[in-house]
Amino acid sequence: MSKYFHSVQLDADRCCGCTNCLKRCPTEAIRVHDGKAKILSERCIDCGECIRICPHHAKKANSATLEEIKGFDYTVAIPAPALFGQFNHLDSIDIVLTGLKKLGFDDVFEVSRAAELVSEATRKMIKEDKLKKPIISSACPAVVRLIKIRFPELCENVMPLMAPIEVAARIARREAIAKTGLKSEQIGVFFITPCPAKVTEIHSPNYTEKSACDGAIAVSKIYPELTQAMDHLTEIEPLGHSGLMGIGWATSGGEAAAMLGNKYLAADGIENVIRVLEELEDEHIRGVDFIELNACSGGCVGGVLNVENPYVAQARIQNLRKFLPVSLNHLDDDQLERMLWENELDYDADIFRLDSDISKAMEMMSQMEDIFAGLPHLDCGSCGAPTCRALAEDIVRGKAKETDCIFKLRAKIQNVYDQLKNTI
Amino acid sequence: MSNAIHLHYEVSGEDFTRAGEASGAVKKRLKSLGYDPDAIRRVAIAMYEAEINMVIHADGGFCDVDIYPDRVEILLSDHGPGIPDVDKAMQEGFSTAPDNVRSLGFGAGMGLPNIKKYSDEMRIETTIGVGTNLYLTVKVK
Repeated sequence: MSKYFHSVQLDADRCCGCTNCLKRCPTEAIRVHDGKAKILSERCIDCGECIRICPHHAKKANSATLEEIKGFDYTVAIPAPALFGQFNHLDSIDIVLTGLKKLGFDDVFEVSRAAELVSEATRKMIKEDKLKKPIISSACPAVVRLIKIRFPELCENVMPLMAPIEVAARIARREAIAKTGLKSEQIGVFFITPCPAKVTEIHSPNYTEKSACDGAIAVSKIYPELTQAMDHLTEIEPLGHSGLMGIGWATSGGEAAAMLGNKYLAADGIENVIRVLEELEDEHIRGVDFIELNACSGGCVGGVLNVENPYVAQARIQNLRKFLPVSLNHLDDDQLERMLWENELDYDADIFRLDSDISKAMEMMSQMEDIFAGLPHLDCGSCGAPTCRALAEDIVRGKAKETDCIFKLRAKIQNVYDQLKNTI
Repeated sequence: MSNAIHLHYEVSGEDFTRAGEASGAVKKRLKSLGYDPDAIRRVAIAMYEAEINMVIHADGGFCDVDIYPDRVEILLSDHGPGIPDVDKAMQEGFSTAPDNVRSLGFGAGMGLPNIKKYSDEMRIETTIGVGTNLYLTVKVK
């Protein structure tokens, strides 16, 4: 059993060993060996890009099912705001929330409510000027993991506040205990998730020992039953309690706009996020207080577990926000303290470094440069590594050999053939 | 030196947007070596500033980088116009960059001062009409 939990998994039966995922993975966490893709667990950030690109649907995201809620005496659904963008002609989020109750949940609590609290807490912390600027949002778990394994100097710029899901789960759990008198373990809190990164975050959190969420159900998994339920409502309960600020978190720029200042930047799409992080690391981005980063294009509406095109969902979200009050949720006196991270974000130096002994690492790198110089530099992926440089690295790590390169192999065979021909 | 990793990069003077490629490549290698994060950051920033200078003022050149376990030595060499008054060039805010470069946010006169700030040793050899060699050392603290 690996020490890393991942939502993103490979369905080996469907994998045909092509190079689509290999080339797309932003952390070079995939190799193809013996005709099947393999995810390098320690490098995977669960961004879901491989799920998006795989033409054979061989990559999947593990998430909870509606069945699982039956194991609890009382359940609360905490939907991501992206869920509200998945339905045509929706004029109130109350319809979705009532629909969730029809599916068997006893109560609902929108994550967008907690998002408003996180926004307020962030504004407060920026005003108090205690954090290292620019502050990087901690809401997207794929981005937080990326920083943890690739950007050592930026770990302390990450906002030390729990993401809205965790804040929502904790409030929902506390309220359910107060309301029912049940014990915490009898209460099931389930997140309705747009992406696998958030499933991973619940099972293996970055900043706390244990999440208050019991599981995450994919939007796409719950969608057919939910639309059915929504179509047959006799009464719509006034359950929603989010302002336009919280709902806006569903799309890129929503969190940044909730800072109510103009010194912010919002980037979305994993490649763009990496570019911003590289420039931040080199101090090329100046004069910005807050940075919102979303691994998915368009923000959470772009999550790979949604059903709707992200831009259609974005337009619907804009429409839903139109007549809402700005914010309906505000911090209690000591609430901010309870939202702070319990564990610090430490750089995981082991993931990409060649060896913990620098002399050994240098020796390996010298070999790597030599091997790389002899490779064709086509980055074709036929060897099973995403680039020639990655193959060179795998070779010095003892995980691949030079003849995995088909050009090297061809040259070797030609060589053998020529020698044989001369001897005959 | 046998125990150093030697890297060589040509810096193109033709395309402004390609400045930073060499410093980016060096940064990636230092991370693979598990190098001290603070030293990586200082190498990346100092080298990037120097690369930009080569592109703006000297139509490109080359960088030689030697990585040792305890330090990184960098030579940035160009055949540009040379620096007439090094002391003046070292002053914060002094710049001879053309307007088109300034409009992109460069040429604020912080290049050389920043390079000095982020490196542990810095030496400039410059001859008018011949070119400039900039030697930098960043040490692991």
